[in-house]
Amino acid sequence: MISSATRARIDAEIAKYPVKRGALLPALHHVHAELGYVSHESAAAIADIFDLRPVEVMEVVSFYNMFFDTPQPRHHVRVCTNLPCSLRGARTLLAQIESHLGIEAGQASSDGRIGLGHEECLGACAYAPMMRVNDRYHEDLDVEKAKRILDSLE
Amino acid sequence: MSVTLTIDGRGVTVRSGTTIWEAARGAGIAIPTLCHDPGLEPVGVCRMCAVEVEGARVMAASCVRLAEPGMVVRTASEKIERCRAMLTELLMSEQPDVSAKERTTADDELHALARRYGVRPRLRRGAARPRDDSSPVIEVDHQACILCDRCIRACNDVQHNDVIGRTGKGYRARIAFDLDQGMGDSTCVSCGECVAACPTGALVNKPISAPLRPRAELAAIDTVCPYCGVGCALTYHVDEAANRVVFAEGRESPGSRGRLCVKGRYGFDYVSHPHRLTRPLIRIDYPKRALSSEVESSRRERRKPGGIVDYDEVMPAFREASWDEALDLVASRLREIRDRSGSGALAGFGSAKCSNEEAYLFQKLVRAVFGTNNVDHCTRLCHASSVAALLQMIGSGAVTTTYGDVENSDVVLITGSNTTSNHPVAATFFKDAARRGTKLIVVDPRHSGIADHAWRFCRIRSGTDVAFYNGLMRVIIEEGLTDADYIAEHTTGFEEIERAVKAYTPERVSGICGVPAALLREVAIAYGEARAAITFWGMGMSQHVHGTDNCRCIISLALMTGNVGRPGTGLHPLRGQNNVQGASDAGLIPMSYPGYQPVTSEAARARFEAAWDAKLDPQTGLTSVEIIEAARDGVVKGMYMLGENPFLSEPNVNEVRKGLAALEFLVVQDIFLTETAEFADVVLPATSALEKTGTYTNTDRRVQIGRPALAPPGEARLDWEIICEISTRMGYPMQYDSASEIFDEVVSLTDSHSGLRHDNLGATGKLYPCPNPEESDGTVVMFGDGFPTGDGRARFVAAEHSGADELPDAEYPFILVTGRVLEHWHTGVMTRRSRALSALVPEAFAEVHPEDCERLALEEDGFVRVRSRRGEVTLRVRKSVDTQPGSVFIPFHFREAAANVLTTDKLDPDGKIPEFKFCAVRLETADL
Ligand code: SF4
Ligand code: SF4
Ligand code: FES
Ligand code: FES
Repeated sequence: MISSATRARIDAEIAKYPVKRGALLPALHHVHAELGYVSHESAAAIADIFDLRPVEVMEVVSFYNMFFDTPQPRHHVRVCTNLPCSLRGARTLLAQIESHLGIEAGQASSDGRIGLGHEECLGACAYAPMMRVNDRYHEDLDVEKAKRILDSLE
Repeated sequence: MSVTLTIDGRGVTVRSGTTIWEAARGAGIAIPTLCHDPGLEPVGVCRMCAVEVEGARVMAASCVRLAEPGMVVRTASEKIERCRAMLTELLMSEQPDVSAKERTTADDELHALARRYGVRPRLRRGAARPRDDSSPVIEVDHQACILCDRCIRACNDVQHNDVIGRTGKGYRARIAFDLDQGMGDSTCVSCGECVAACPTGALVNKPISAPLRPRAELAAIDTVCPYCGVGCALTYHVDEAANRVVFAEGRESPGSRGRLCVKGRYGFDYVSHPHRLTRPLIRIDYPKRALSSEVESSRRERRKPGGIVDYDEVMPAFREASWDEALDLVASRLREIRDRSGSGALAGFGSAKCSNEEAYLFQKLVRAVFGTNNVDHCTRLCHASSVAALLQMIGSGAVTTTYGDVENSDVVLITGSNTTSNHPVAATFFKDAARRGTKLIVVDPRHSGIADHAWRFCRIRSGTDVAFYNGLMRVIIEEGLTDADYIAEHTTGFEEIERAVKAYTPERVSGICGVPAALLREVAIAYGEARAAITFWGMGMSQHVHGTDNCRCIISLALMTGNVGRPGTGLHPLRGQNNVQGASDAGLIPMSYPGYQPVTSEAARARFEAAWDAKLDPQTGLTSVEIIEAARDGVVKGMYMLGENPFLSEPNVNEVRKGLAALEFLVVQDIFLTETAEFADVVLPATSALEKTGTYTNTDRRVQIGRPALAPPGEARLDWEIICEISTRMGYPMQYDSASEIFDEVVSLTDSHSGLRHDNLGATGKLYPCPNPEESDGTVVMFGDGFPTGDGRARFVAAEHSGADELPDAEYPFILVTGRVLEHWHTGVMTRRSRALSALVPEAFAEVHPEDCERLALEEDGFVRVRSRRGEVTLRVRKSVDTQPGSVFIPFHFREAAANVLTTDKLDPDGKIPEFKFCAVRLETADL
């Protein structure tokens, strides 16, 4: 379901584009912001709003890594493990984070608080190693700093 | 403009706009393809069709590249072959070891290429994509998919079902259904078009009633679908040793373009059901009564959902007999009743499932041998009112143009028709038109599938059609959008309309119909301004006590805007049964001989008396509902029923039951022991459409040949032979060598068919009239130069809004609307014996608006008792916003919850059609 507040935001996006479907991506971001993922119900509702086939909405959702179609943990933690970060200890850092959280990369904590994973280069190589928590970069990490950040997540 | 190019050293000239691939094909040069199929828009994604173009830097994909003047193309060379081999190898590297298509029909196009290039499947990285087994008719193996998009185009562009797309990316990219659900959980309507399009083992049919076998080992029989009036051309692939149809495929035809719906593609196995009658049966259980407990329990408090007739329960009432004994008994009892009580004591019900030949012989038997015009069939229950209005106003009951003519329209009015369920393949043409920008106006109380494609959907209140169309006409007149020249030249009586519609102001109409006045105006103006507007209608118009008036209104609307007789214009009542048009043409109606020649006309009677060498009854016969009433009153005493099941199809079936039980003698000729046959004295095992030769006339007036695909079971005999036997034994010898000889006799007496013979109907039939069948497909648009009305003019007939017969009140506050679902046919006798169709929709349901459900505490999948003044049924609840609040929709296919227990048998005064679309009911929660 789409709340009336989100619906209003979507309508505002639609108004910005000459062709309605142009606003599909921003609309999906709004749904994501509200629910943390694009549920089947909201995808169907989006299809209705945009006069698209349901599967067209899913084509877009499934194409972008940052859209999910299943419920997600509250925080996405991604540790970059590309070469420059790895040279600066990213793999060890990830292993330490894994043991701190008691989960492996690719898993989520059972309380639904944190989902952990790898990331490809995020262009922050100069400040390696780094991780992303949702939309925020945390750079020049060591394990203590990383733990502090993780422990502060709600 | 034409283009000349050189392909493989040969000069080839084609129309400009032709692709290289098409040009080569036309010249007999085959270029391999994977993503291309001639029935689909080319997309050029697989590159298997690559060819060399002289002077070009790279190879060209011939399926998308247009032919250019002077182009020099090579379709085969070492380099090309190397590329194709490489491509095949790459594709095969992700294929599962066994292709489901190779395992079944053995026509996997990728595997054929792999054989050509000596490549074996080699799943290097293991399967990354799942299987999906959720559809009852189609198996999906995503790993075998090569993402050629053929299924996507088949679903979205051909059938316009809009179900399939692609999700994911990279190695995991795959086709997906709706919200990436299982196919069986999506809105897929199981038309099978995607399977027909898929070149690999990704989409494969599941077996229906016989194991799937390689296509090459099966016999291919070209025939027509036995279900609806669209009459799709199809091919049955038959295992002759097992006497089973293995699978069905659409066949190219101007009417259906190779498309099929779920019934045609997957619903053929009823013919092989163990319930088929194989020997004549004679009743031993008297006095007569309904035999199955479910039918009997209509008297009891509640009726339980269940399946088809339980033979164990019913068969003990009969014994098997030889054909001679059964036929002698039938002939002697019918003769005895005729001689004792007069011809009027006999009657016959044929069926719109009969071929033209059978319908013709049947009415000949009733007229020439029984001596009465008491002969009718289910047309009475579907378009009798449409035909009455058409005959009265334009002098002909047949459609004035084909549904395919919608291509030439800019406005389409679809009213009272659940086209996507009841004429699914005709609906694809309408959806096509809508996609191209044709304005689709849908007028209906119920939001059925076609409304999703509408430009404007007018959701009128049930039974307010006359007011709506009068309102429309008033706006058109007021806005000066009538076609004065057409009115002056081709019609009479326009003043009558002008006078009648005056009172129907948009505001008043809006109050009656519940449609905003502005919408009414908008729609009226669009229709009035149309260059070419076409009208399609279904039973939502005809099945009312004011059904004839409903139809008069839309006919007037078309006439006053000059929308008849030109391409893209016309009047098309969508015929329900595969041969309802033909059966009526062949005289299976009480008021006329073949070719609509009235029985009351001296000249016509003289013509048929001479042709048949018999004295004929000058009086119009009774219609179907009247015959049942006469049976109940003891006036009609003996009946011959060929393929009709009035026990479920007629309104107010509790009364039908009394009528059937009161008959002195009833002979039923059918392929199954139907609910009606439970009241029979003799049951004769007939042949199904898949077992005989005969012609069927579709809703477009297209006369097509049905050919035998299977041998009849046991001692079942051809229907026309049985009719001849009875006739001969009643003292009127009938002798024909073949169905085609009977057809010749029909044609000799039916002027509209003249020139037609079985051997000139061709692979896809002819649209009658077709004076020159050797050269032409027949007549699409009729009445461009006047009408067969005597003075050549159409006649306007005005109508006043009167409303339904039984309006809701405090005691029965809901409106019952009956209808059908895509997956079932009529009384379910065929479809409920089809594995796939009964798996898709296994049981009866009542569709109720969620608001009403809440008010009455009805739950989805719970039970509701629906009660009318005539009876009650209990069935499952389906919540749906498609049905208006205050209404309930029940499909009439299900014997255990027969909607027609509830319906009223009040008739339209002109068409004598019952009001199936409106009666008052009460809803109560029920638990079973
Ligand atoms: S069976 Fe028909 S509706 Fe279903 S996915 Fe295939 S093409 Fe679409
Ligand atoms: S399922 Fe078949 S038709 Fe559809 S994209 Fe895959 S291979 Fe092509
Ligand atoms: S490698 Fe980690 S941010 Fe670039
Ligand atoms: S067949 Fe031409 S690109 Fe696929």
